[in-house]
Amino acid sequence: MPRIFVYVPPSGGVVDDTPAELLAAARQIAGPEACVTAVVTGWGAELDAACEQLCAYFGEIWKIAQETLVYPNAELVRQALAAVLPRGCILLVPHNHFGVDLSPGLSIKMDAAFVSDVLEIEGLEGDWLKLVRQEFGGQVSTHVRCDVSAGAVLNVRPGAFQPLDAPPVSGQVHDVAVGPLAARRRYLSTIAAEAGDVDITKYKILVSIGRGIQDPDNIAIAQELAEVLGGAVSCSRPVVDARWLDKSRQVGSSGKTVKPKVYLACGISGSFQHLSGIKGNPFLVAINKNPKAPIFRVADAGIVDDLLEFLPELTNQVREERGVPAK
Amino acid sequence: MDILVCARRVPDTSENEIALNSAGDDIEREDLVYSVNEPDNYAVEEALQIVQRTGGEVTVVTVGGEDDEEILRREMAMGVQHGVLISDETFMDADGKGIARILEAFVKKGHYDLILTGVQAEDGAAQVGGMLAAMLDYPFASLVNSIEVLDGGKLRIGREIEGGSREINEIDLPCVLSIQTGINEPRYVGMRGIRQVASVPIPTLGATQLAVVPEAPKVKRIDYFVPPAGKGAAMLSGNREEMAAKLVEMLKAKGGLN
Repeated sequence: MPRIFVYVPPSGGVVDDTPAELLAAARQIAGPEACVTAVVTGWGAELDAACEQLCAYFGEIWKIAQETLVYPNAELVRQALAAVLPRGCILLVPHNHFGVDLSPGLSIKMDAAFVSDVLEIEGLEGDWLKLVRQEFGGQVSTHVRCDVSAGAVLNVRPGAFQPLDAPPVSGQVHDVAVGPLAARRRYLSTIAAEAGDVDITKYKILVSIGRGIQDPDNIAIAQELAEVLGGAVSCSRPVVDARWLDKSRQVGSSGKTVKPKVYLACGISGSFQHLSGIKGNPFLVAINKNPKAPIFRVADAGIVDDLLEFLPELTNQVREERGVPAK
Repeated sequence: MDILVCARRVPDTSENEIALNSAGDDIEREDLVYSVNEPDNYAVEEALQIVQRTGGEVTVVTVGGEDDEEILRREMAMGVQHGVLISDETFMDADGKGIARILEAFVKKGHYDLILTGVQAEDGAAQVGGMLAAMLDYPFASLVNSIEVLDGGKLRIGREIEGGSREINEIDLPCVLSIQTGINEPRYVGMRGIRQVASVPIPTLGATQLAVVPEAPKVKRIDYFVPPAGKGAAMLSGNREEMAAKLVEMLKAKGGLN
């Protein structure tokens, strides 16, 4: 059995499910008794606090403290991890913007295999680890075999592994020294998201549009429905990429996190990046021409229809219901 | 500045419903519409805009088969100077690392100041760019959504992080960047543009020219299957008016019409 490590990226002091999810994923490989080591990088009080938090989950914590690591620069973290991790180990990393930056190159530096965006771990058969991934924005799943005989780096999807309800442990923190790290990529600053004209996080009803809206002129159809419902129009990434709506209207991991009571997903296929921006378990309605769209697997109610035809009909019926005269 | 863009031809998910074939070992590829992987198109546009300012040339390379030549011509119609097809029977089984090894050999035969990839392929894993950078020992950044060329062999880049925020970095050239969609507005390519480059010769390189012996892939796809339904939506039935009426009742019950 290869030794198992998890890398817990700095969270800026936010306590979330990341350590518990990584532990759950590691247990899927190694079983409930295995020793899993967490690795953390950073500097100062924030790193100390992270170590303290991780002691409740992991028997052993490797702490890599260096002032250059105060901001998580994947270029430096990759050098540090490649320097200290034993060859042949399996390393689990969250599949987020940092994991995407860090892991593919790290797998090369460690001569290890790499699998990204892992949803399930079915277990080890000899040197082969059997995993589940998705392709085409979640339209199809695949089983993948990964040869872990020389080790592996696995990026695991946030939210895919149910955190274990295990009693807390009291882990030991070990300081692990690394030599000087050379930065050919230097962090300069962070630019916060712009507020935009409408704050979609404040609305209880969102009429959210995706690629299926087809043309910017059609946004008015969604806007009319949002107005009669007293909600706002939000959107998925392709609508922002096409510059049809402002970035501040985007729901998803690279956009806003919203907690409405009702979410109407119109012409949105339902990638995990989009869904991860919808919190608070709203009543989720999917309207999509494609009956196989992944959004129908997570929606509460589904309508297979052309949204350009369906939304005006819905708008009219809501108007009638409310006694608002049609325009 | 000379720029290499690594691109791929993939089934176009905006044009197709992706379904399993009857054997369950692949997706149904009959009648699929293929196109250039969408993020790769943004990478090509970005490369063209950079050389417009700095001078230099853009090369687009793809690893694949004969059919993949069409995306090279499409990108040449956008204004790319060179297209290169890397094709070899021994490359057919390559995993992400195998593709990165092939590209590494290709990069070492030329001289590129900057290498761009799309952030992720529709059927891919957002991995080849980062692997290629590590093999070449170049710095790497992913999810790049702005590029500014600085003096002294450096770029100032923006990266997309969570919540719509951006992280600004400075990165030394040569480097590898994976380009996020939305960084620019890719130019339109008409049939006329594609016809104009229809007869431009596109060199094909194989394992011999690149001196690459593919390693056995460490990551293999075993099968495709339909994702579990999850809780599954209550699918509304009836004609459009009836479905809308049912939805109105549901919205009333859920407090959506208060």
